[in-house]
Amino acid sequence: MTNAWTDIKNTDLVVIMGGNAAEAHPCGFKWVTEAKANRGAKLIVIDPRYTRSASVADYYAPIRQGTDIAFLMGLINWCMQNDKVQWAYTKAFTNASYVVKEGFTYQDGLFAGYDEAKRDYNRDTWEYEIGPDGYAVVDDTLTHPRCVWNLLKAHVATYTPEMVERICGTPKDKFLKIAQMIGECSSPTKTMTSMYALGWTQHSKGAQNIRGMAMLQLILGNIGVRGGGMNALRGHSNIQGLTDLGLMSNLIPGYLNIPTEKETDLTAYMSTRAFKPLRPNQMSYWQNYRKFFVSFMKSMYGPAATAENDWGYQYLPKLDVPNYDILRAFELMKQGKMNLYFCQGFNPLQAFPNKAKLAEALAKLKLLVVMDPLQTETARFWEDHGIYNKTDPASIKTEVLQLPTTCFAEDEGSLVNSGRWLQWHWPGGSPPGEARTDTFIMAQIHLRLKELYRKEGGAFPDPILNLNWTYKNPEEPTPEELAKEMNGSALVDVFDPADPTKKVLEAGKQLSGFGQYRDDGTTAGGCWIFSGCWTEAGNMMARRDNSDPGDAGTFLKWSFAWPANRRILYNRASCDLEGKPWDPSRKLIEWDGAKWSGYDVPDIAPTAKPADVGPFIMNPEGVSRLFVRKMMRDGPFPVHYEPFESPVANVIAPKIVGNPVARVFKDDWEQFAKPGSPEFPYAATTYRLTEHFHYWTKNNHVNAVLQPEAFVEISEELAKEKGIALGGWVRVWSKRGEILAKAVVTKRIKPMTIDGKTVHVVGVPIHWGFVGAARKGFGANNLTPFVGDANIETPEFKAFQVNIEASTGPVA
Amino acid sequence: MFPAIANPSVSPDADKPRFGEKDIMRRSASEVTPPATRLTEVAKLIDVTKCIGCKACQAACLEWNNLTEEIGFNHGVYTNPMDLTPDTFTLMRFTEWVNPETENLEWLIRKDGCMHCEDPGCLKACPSPGAIVQYSNGIVDFQHENCIGCGYCIKGCPFNIPRISKVDHTAYKCTLCSDRVAVGQGPACQKACPTQAIVFGTKQEMKDWAEFRITDLKSRGFDKAGLYDPQGVGGTHVMYVLHHADTPSIYAGLPDNPRISPIVETWKGVTKYVGLAVMGFAAAAGFLHYVVAGPNKVGEEDEENAEKLVEGKAPPPPADPTQPEGRV
Amino acid sequence: MSAIDPHAHGHAHMPDHAHLPDDVEPGDGVRPGHPVQVSRYTLAARINHWITAISLVLLALSGMALFTPKLFFLTGLFGGGQWTRAIHPWIGVVLFFSFFILFVRFWRANLPAREDGTWLARISDVLGGHEERLPEIGKYNAGQKFVFWSMSGLIIVLIGSGIVMWDQYFYPFTTIEQKRIAILVHAVAAVCIICVWIIHVYAAIWVKGTFSAMTRGEVTGGWAWRHHRKWLRELVGKPKEPRAPAE
Repeated sequence: MTNAWTDIKNTDLVVIMGGNAAEAHPCGFKWVTEAKANRGAKLIVIDPRYTRSASVADYYAPIRQGTDIAFLMGLINWCMQNDKVQWAYTKAFTNASYVVKEGFTYQDGLFAGYDEAKRDYNRDTWEYEIGPDGYAVVDDTLTHPRCVWNLLKAHVATYTPEMVERICGTPKDKFLKIAQMIGECSSPTKTMTSMYALGWTQHSKGAQNIRGMAMLQLILGNIGVRGGGMNALRGHSNIQGLTDLGLMSNLIPGYLNIPTEKETDLTAYMSTRAFKPLRPNQMSYWQNYRKFFVSFMKSMYGPAATAENDWGYQYLPKLDVPNYDILRAFELMKQGKMNLYFCQGFNPLQAFPNKAKLAEALAKLKLLVVMDPLQTETARFWEDHGIYNKTDPASIKTEVLQLPTTCFAEDEGSLVNSGRWLQWHWPGGSPPGEARTDTFIMAQIHLRLKELYRKEGGAFPDPILNLNWTYKNPEEPTPEELAKEMNGSALVDVFDPADPTKKVLEAGKQLSGFGQYRDDGTTAGGCWIFSGCWTEAGNMMARRDNSDPGDAGTFLKWSFAWPANRRILYNRASCDLEGKPWDPSRKLIEWDGAKWSGYDVPDIAPTAKPADVGPFIMNPEGVSRLFVRKMMRDGPFPVHYEPFESPVANVIAPKIVGNPVARVFKDDWEQFAKPGSPEFPYAATTYRLTEHFHYWTKNNHVNAVLQPEAFVEISEELAKEKGIALGGWVRVWSKRGEILAKAVVTKRIKPMTIDGKTVHVVGVPIHWGFVGAARKGFGANNLTPFVGDANIETPEFKAFQVNIEASTGPVA
Repeated sequence: MFPAIANPSVSPDADKPRFGEKDIMRRSASEVTPPATRLTEVAKLIDVTKCIGCKACQAACLEWNNLTEEIGFNHGVYTNPMDLTPDTFTLMRFTEWVNPETENLEWLIRKDGCMHCEDPGCLKACPSPGAIVQYSNGIVDFQHENCIGCGYCIKGCPFNIPRISKVDHTAYKCTLCSDRVAVGQGPACQKACPTQAIVFGTKQEMKDWAEFRITDLKSRGFDKAGLYDPQGVGGTHVMYVLHHADTPSIYAGLPDNPRISPIVETWKGVTKYVGLAVMGFAAAAGFLHYVVAGPNKVGEEDEENAEKLVEGKAPPPPADPTQPEGRV
Repeated sequence: MSAIDPHAHGHAHMPDHAHLPDDVEPGDGVRPGHPVQVSRYTLAARINHWITAISLVLLALSGMALFTPKLFFLTGLFGGGQWTRAIHPWIGVVLFFSFFILFVRFWRANLPAREDGTWLARISDVLGGHEERLPEIGKYNAGQKFVFWSMSGLIIVLIGSGIVMWDQYFYPFTTIEQKRIAILVHAVAAVCIICVWIIHVYAAIWVKGTFSAMTRGEVTGGWAWRHHRKWLRELVGKPKEPRAPAE
C-alpha cells in the first residue's frame, strides 16, 4: 500500500478491481464503510462475479477475468479524451513531459526489440533521451511527438469504450458510467483509492495490471494524497513483512538485490546501482544504496565483513538465472535437479498450480522438510486419499520430516500489515505438544551445520562459519534481539562527517533511523527500511496510542510504519508546487516557507524547496513514471494480453498467445488449451471466501461449519445449458486435471459477450483439500496452469479455461 | 464510526452483573410484579446495508456460547447451516434479489436471530414457569433449568427463532449475550463485526444511529430505506436498517408485519379461560344434579321384574310398544 | 375367557348371528338367580376400558399441566416438566390404540336406534330419573352413545393434532402455522373430551349399580331391567351362545 488501511476513510471513491476486499479483507473493509458512511464516498466494484464487495457497492460492472489492462487503458484513454486529468499534478509530478529515445516503437502488441526465440526484449530504446547536460530531455509543452504523454495517448487510443466492451465484456454504458465517476476524481479536491489484491497479481501480466491503475491514479493526481493511492491488500498476515525482508531468491532485506553471477565484485555490483539523478536537484534516494548494503553485510557477518573483503560480498550467493521462484523450483524438482526442499509455513501442493505436476515433483525429492503449525497436504503428499489424492505410497521414496512450529498467536514478534505498519504482538497461548518457534528450529539447523562445516571443512565454509551469531542464547535468538538487529546499531562511536569532533552515535546504541546508516562499516543494520522500529527510545512497534491529530487517519503514534514511520508514501505530492495542499480540507503535510511538516512524516528532505525537488524521491527523475523505461520485462506501457488460456484470441494482437515474454517451461506449453478451444470453452477463475483462510482454516471446526464443502459457482444460464442442478455435483476439468464439487448456481455470475461470442464464467474457490476438519475436496490447483507473471512469476490462477458437466458425487 | 464499547474494567467488582432477577419484567407462566423502575432499554442494530456477509458474527456466536455445530454440506448457496439450529443462534441468510425498478441484482444478506420482542410471543406461549424471562432492559432470555422442551415458544415466536435441542430437550436461541451485557459489554456478534454493521447501545441511541444511516442511504437512491422495529410485537430490541424497508420479506422472509399469531393469542387467551370454565361447569353441574336429583337407584321391583322376565313367568310388556325395535 | 374374536362382530348377516340384534355383544348373557345377574362386559373389555380410562386421566392431568400455568404443579405427578412433556404424547398413543380396540368392540352396539330420539326428546325425564317415562333402551342409551362417539371423534382429533405438535419426532413435516392450529385444536378438543369424560364418570356415579359393570363385568337384572330393558329382553330371548360366558 502506498497509503494505509486507516487512510481509506479519507477517500471520495473506492475502486475495487482485481480484488474482493469485503470478502478477503473484511476487517480492513471497515474503512470503506467508514468512508461511505461519513464522507458519502462511493464504491465501485469491477469483477467477473458479483461479489460480497459488490453487494455493498454503489456501482457494479462485470469484467472478464484477465482483461483488466484493456479496461484500465480504456479509462486512461477516456480521461485523456475528456480532459479528466489533474494537469498541474501530471505535468509536475509525472514523466509525461519526458522525451523518449528515438527508435522506441509499439506495434501489434509488441514494443521495439522483441526477440521471439528468446521470448524477451532488447530494451535499449525504452529510455529517455539524455541531453548534453546529462539529464533527461523534457518538453513541458507536451508537444514533442516522442514525449511520454503523446506516446501514451497513442498507445491507449486503441482502447475505446467499444473495444473495452469487445474485450472485457463490460457493457459500454456501464464502462462509461464508471469512467465518469472516476473522471470526477481528477479534481484536486476529489480522490479515489484503488484497492486490489490477487485478482490483479495472479496473471501472466499481473505487474502490468497494477501499473495500469497506478498510471491512471497519477494522471488523476491521486498518489501521495489522503484517500488516494495504490493499495495492495496483502493476502496473508505479514506477507508484506516477507517481501520487506527479502524472502525472495533474488532479494536481500529492504528491497536490495542478490548479486548476479556477472557481478563478480562489489564495484561491479554497485556500478549499476549508482542511481544518479536524471533531473537537477532530485534526491534520488537510492544513492544511499551502498550505506544500506554495507550495514546489512555488517549485520550479517559482523567483524568478518571488512573493507578489504568488500564487506563479505563473496559470502553472498550469486544468481545464475533471474529468479529461483517457486515455479522454477518445482520444475527443477521434477527434472530431478533439486532434491532437498525446506518447506517453511507453506503448502505448495495446494497453493501452486498444476497439482499433478507438483506431486510428481515432490515424489522425486530425497528429503522434504515441512515446518508448519498445521497438518498440510504437502506434508502428506505421499498419502493415498482415494480420488482426492491418488498415490502409491510404496513407490514414493521421498523422506518427509515434519517439524511442528508455533502459530502466530503463540509467539512474539511483529507483523507487517498491508499499510507497512510493523505491529508488535505478544503470545496469546502456549504452543501445543512439541511445537517450537521457527527461530529455534532455524537456529538449531544453523548451529549443527556450522559444527559440521567446522569439523569437515568443505568447498566454501566461510559464509556459514562467519555468520554473525551473537545472541544471548545461540540456541534460540529472541524476537527482541532480531528486531533490534534489523533496526541497526552503531558498532563504534560515530562522528558527524561534517564535524569529526562531534560524536553523533555511541558504540552499541540503537540507530534512530536509516539516515544514520554508514557505508564505512561503523553501523550495522539488517533491514534499512525497518530502521526506527526499535530505537534507544524502545520498541516503536509496540506503541498503542491511537490519537489522530487533525483526524487525518495517520495515527503516527500507533506502532511503526516503514519507512521512517511514514504513513503515506510520496506524501509531498499532496501539495502543489508552492507546497500548499491540493485539498486544504485534507492536509497531510505543508511547506511553511522553510520546512515541511504536518500530520505525516514528510516523504522529502525537510528543507527541500517545493518548486525544486520532486516528490518521487526514490526515482532518479524525482517524478513518477507513466512510462516505466526498461524496468519491466514486458513493456514500458501495459498492453492487453490474453491469459495463456483464453476463450478468444487477442483482439488487438491476434497472433500473440498470453504474455509474449512470460517464461513457460517446455512441458507446460503442451498442457495449455489453445485460445478459443472448444474442448475447454469456459473461462474459469479461482478465489477465496471470507469463511476460510487459504488451506489453514479448514482445520478449524468453526470455519468448517461456516463453509463445509467444496463448490464451484456458475450462472443460471450455464446450469440450464448443462443440466446442472443447484447443489448438485459437477465435474470440472482443464487440460491438467479435474475436480468434483457442488454447484452453486447463482445470479451473481452472468454470461458475457466477448468479441461476439458468449463466454461463461466458472468460479472455483480454493479452500478444500484432503486434510482438515472440513469435508474432503479437490484443490482448485488441480486445474490451474503452470505459468507466472513475466516480471515476478506470480502464477496465473485467475484466468484459465475449463469444461464442466453434471456429475455424481465422489466415490471415495 | 459508532463509539466502541470499552473493554471490561479489571476492577474487582467489574464482573458484578448490572441486571438480574430483580429486573425481570415478565416471567413465563408466572405472575411477577414488574420492577418499579425500568432499566434503560438496550438494542442491537443490524445494518443490512453495511453487512458484507462475512459470518464473523456467526463464528463469534458459536465461540462465545461454546456451541458445536455440525459440519454440514453445501446445498448450492452461501447460507450455512441451512437454518437456525439449537447450536446456531444466529445465521447469515443470503438472498439474490433482482430489483424490479433498476433490474440490478442485489445480494441481500441478513443476520437472522432472536429479535428480543417487547411483546415476546415465546414467553407468552411458554407453559413452564420461569423458562423464559424478559428483563426490563428488553432482553428476552431462556432459563434452561426451567425449560421442559415442549416447543410452544416456537409456535409463539413470530420470527421462527427458537430451536429445541435433541440433546437436552430444551429450547435455544440468541440470548443477546445477556452475560456480556450484564457486565457492560455488547454481544459477541457486535464485537466481531468488522464493518459495524452490528452496533449495540441503548434503544434510543440505536434509533438515532439508524436515522443517520437512513439519511445516507436515501442520498444514495434508496428512498425506501428505513428502520425495522415492528410495532406489531411492541417493537424489538434487535432492529434492522433495510434498504427496502417497505418490503422486509425480500430479506429471506423477514415478516412484513410480525405479530404474535392470533391462533396463539386465542389458545393462550380465551381458550384457556373458557376451557377451564367449561370443565369446571361440567363438574359443578354433575355435583348439583346429584344434590338435586339424588342417586338413580335400582328398586326391588326392578329386580323382581327381571327375575320374572328371566323365568318367563310374566314377561312385562315393552314400556312403549309404539316404538318398534330397530334402527332409526 | 373369551378372546376378542373379530368374526364375532360386525357380521350381522352371518348365519349364527343373523338373528341377533346389534346391541348384544359377545359375552353378554343372563344368569338366573336372586337377583338375576347379567353379564355386561367381558374381562378383556374391562381391561381394555381401564387402560383407556387410566390413559385418559393421565393425559388430562399432564395435558392440563401444560395447558395452564395454574395447573403446572401437576407436572410433579410425572416427575417434572420435562417428563410430563416427554410422556404425554406416548400416553396418547397408548390411549389411541387402546380406545381403537374398544371402538372395534363397541361400535356396533353404539349405532343409533329409533328409541334414541325419544330418549333425547325426554332428556328432562332422564335427568329426573323418571325412566318409566322413557322407551325401553338397548345396551346403550343415547347418552352413552353420545359419550362413545364423542370420545371416538375427539380422540382422532387429539391424536391427529397431537402428532402435528409432537416436535420431537414430527417437527419437520408441518409448518409452524399448521402446528399453531394443531395446538389450538388440541386444546379445544381436550377441553371437550374432559367434559365428556366428566359426563361419563358422573353418569356412572349417579346411576347406582353401574360401577360393577366395569369391575366385575356384571350388573343385576334389576339394573338391566331399569336402564336397558330392551337389551335384557334380547338377552333373555337369545339362544344359547356356543361361546362360554366371560368367566
